[in-house]
Amino acid sequence: MKDDEYKLFEPGIDMDPGTIDRREFFKLMGGGIFILFSVGDPFALPRERRRRGYPQDFNAYLRIGEDGRVTCFSGKIEMGQGIHTSLAQMLAEELDVPLNTVDMVMGDTALCPWDAGTFGSRSTKYFGPPLRQAAAEARAVLIQLAAEHLRTPREKLKVKDGMISVKSNQKKKVSYAQLAKGKIIERHLEKKPPIKHYSKHAISGKPTNRLDSRQKVTGEAKFAGDIRLPGMLHARILRPPSHGAKLKSVDTSAAQKIKDIQIIQDEDKIAVLHKHRDVADKALGLIKAQFEPPEYKVDNKTIFKHLKDSASGGQSVAEAGNLDEGKSLASQTFEKAYFNHYVAHAPSENHTAVVKIEGDKATVWASTQAPFRAQGEIAGVLGFSPQNVRVITPFVGCGFGGKNSGRQIVEAARLAKLSGKPVQVAWSRKEEFFYDTFRPAAVIEIRSGLNSSNQIVFWEYHNYFAGSRSSQPFYNIPHHQVLSYGRRGGRGSGGVSVHPFGVGAWRGPGSNTNVFAIESHIDVMAEGAGMDPLEFRMKNLTDKRMQRVLTAAAEKFGRSFSKAPSGKGYGIACTDYLGTYLATMAEVKVDEKKGEIRVERVVCAQDTGEVINPEGTRMQIEGCIIMGLGYVLTEEIRFKGGRILDENFDTYETPRFSWLPKIETVLVDNPEMAPQGCGEPAITSVGGVIANAVYDAIGVRMLMLPMTPARIKEALKIKEK
Amino acid sequence: MEKTFRFKLNGKTVRLSSSPERMLLWVLRSDFELTGTKYSCGEGFCGACTVLVNNETVLSCQYPVQNVNGKEVMTIEGLAKNGNLHPLQTAFMQHNALQCGFCTPGMILGAYSLLLKNPQPSYREIVEALEGNLCRCSSYNRIIEAIQTTARTMKGLRS
Repeated sequence: MKDDEYKLFEPGIDMDPGTIDRREFFKLMGGGIFILFSVGDPFALPRERRRRGYPQDFNAYLRIGEDGRVTCFSGKIEMGQGIHTSLAQMLAEELDVPLNTVDMVMGDTALCPWDAGTFGSRSTKYFGPPLRQAAAEARAVLIQLAAEHLRTPREKLKVKDGMISVKSNQKKKVSYAQLAKGKIIERHLEKKPPIKHYSKHAISGKPTNRLDSRQKVTGEAKFAGDIRLPGMLHARILRPPSHGAKLKSVDTSAAQKIKDIQIIQDEDKIAVLHKHRDVADKALGLIKAQFEPPEYKVDNKTIFKHLKDSASGGQSVAEAGNLDEGKSLASQTFEKAYFNHYVAHAPSENHTAVVKIEGDKATVWASTQAPFRAQGEIAGVLGFSPQNVRVITPFVGCGFGGKNSGRQIVEAARLAKLSGKPVQVAWSRKEEFFYDTFRPAAVIEIRSGLNSSNQIVFWEYHNYFAGSRSSQPFYNIPHHQVLSYGRRGGRGSGGVSVHPFGVGAWRGPGSNTNVFAIESHIDVMAEGAGMDPLEFRMKNLTDKRMQRVLTAAAEKFGRSFSKAPSGKGYGIACTDYLGTYLATMAEVKVDEKKGEIRVERVVCAQDTGEVINPEGTRMQIEGCIIMGLGYVLTEEIRFKGGRILDENFDTYETPRFSWLPKIETVLVDNPEMAPQGCGEPAITSVGGVIANAVYDAIGVRMLMLPMTPARIKEALKIKEK
Repeated sequence: MEKTFRFKLNGKTVRLSSSPERMLLWVLRSDFELTGTKYSCGEGFCGACTVLVNNETVLSCQYPVQNVNGKEVMTIEGLAKNGNLHPLQTAFMQHNALQCGFCTPGMILGAYSLLLKNPQPSYREIVEALEGNLCRCSSYNRIIEAIQTTARTMKGLRS
């Protein structure tokens, strides 16, 4: 295959659902009660519905087994974010079963209904409510069955821990398991029984330890690379030194001498295969190849100019009032540009896939955030019907948006077909950096103004290639215009040529860049207003939820802000990430000689609507803050055209133990609001909060991420002049 | 040229015919199918492949198999005894000191080796001992808490 043949993932693209038929499904699952429910996520349904076999408008299932265990089938996947636990809590709560009787089956295309993929903090928000509804219906169905079984009216029954008993005679009882035995009952959710009020919750909303941790602390948890099959070969593939480089000549003679090595040429790709990964590595190293790299036009010094030059036709993301009128009201104006570099996902587990082909059927184990997309892709590559391709998603070792695309799965499939053996492709770290779909480098330009009472009167926002998420102002600004150049950060058609390599969604896509720029600029204006940054924000906000999280964060932070730069090193940043609101406050120290930023303490108050697992939510906030320090302080992909210069963690520095600040999280209670996403929101505030704290500490405004020691020292030098 | 090596692996004596320069990581993952030891960076920068050789941590992706001849190797699979979890494993679970779990085996074995040598490590000592182990999900704070809990509840690791 050719590199440029691989089409990167874009949300919303239709895929062949390839769902297995109903009888096949029941055969695989055995007996039990199945409840089918539809999901309200707009991405969850293929646009072009195919009424073949299983109905497309039902995309999740719940099963009560003859053993009394409850299984939830979901096309979502677990990559660390904890939905394995929170979805189980939602289900157990509504069904009235102990949490430890719930089994989750996730991301298996043979057992789970179609799903677009796991991204965008959407699982709890969009999958959770219908899951609850289905569980409530299952419970109603079971009570009906019990009423018949016990010859007692439904109203006289009660349910506890999967047991239905007669209220007046506890000895008259029947378990879910007994009721489910030997039956296949399908019920569609047409009339919806009520779900429990949050005040009645005993499982949902309670801090719950991860349900997958025992497997993970013992080494039993299987990731795609841990799959072992008889006869399986490990494949390594010869890679070009840069994107767009063409293979000129190749000599595989030395590699061929290795015992049992198999060498496959697949169009312009050359792969070596061996039963041992390390022997395949060695063989790959023996291949002599010459590539002709294309001339490079851009590197990380010239990228921002390149981006601006490539931009055309800004699309309006938000607009209100009239900018000219706003400008006429301003007594002070502010203009700044903000920049961030390319950032890698750098997941712990590299992209990995195992493909086994038997006749006209393929089984795939893959580290992917989008198993159903992979199913369609592999079916296409192998010329199989999608029903004959089963993609199983074992545990996934981080995703962050980097595993939406599945190039490695396609590679494994082609090589399995050509070699006639099961094949594992597990990318090396260098391949991981090379084929990563980086967070796009971006430029944000903001012009704004304050009137004489320090109210923001206009806001003009030009976003070059960040992606538009979280760029709508939540401050009260009567005259504003937000323009975005480069659809979804320059990804996809029309944008492909802007970046010299693949870019894509990176945890909190768009928002990390936008919130950094917006919240930095708010502080620039606060200083102009002569106000402290908290007071200035409160003055320019009417959104009650935002005020509430700011107040909660300030109470926990317990320090008073002053007009910056105060020398204290305190910062604030707020985010509205797709309905989750949060305010983050930080305290930093800056070593001016070394240019090093030390983050001492971070407080984050988050309103994520109803919280399903407070422990899981805190874990996500903490992880977001620490991971966020990476893109804020060190993470930057160095490149020359299509050549990626960072190839491993020696030069690409990610957060480690010694960076750890003290982190305090506040969950701002808002159970009346439906659960919102929580895997991404907190990471989006980290750029702004640290930039603002650095300014407060040393009086230099860092306009570019990451804020490396060299950039800090440079900024200090300019300040001294 | 292949040679035969004999060493203890999770308490059992094993023999292996292998070329001496193969890295322990691949021998464990392929020949012994002990896949709890993870491949991540492959160059000794991340700690995911950490195992113990004579109770000292080694980066198995950089450690030739010939070096284990006559020694004792422990992987994550060897930590629980007869299905009973080691207190470190329990503490990692209680503190939710993991998310995706990919770095967890290396973290736990790194912590185990530290506690063997230093049953009551300070915060700073924990950070220094595990500085080479990366957790992209960033459970660092919880990992430290899990190790501190283990240190408090155990009087030395050897039992």
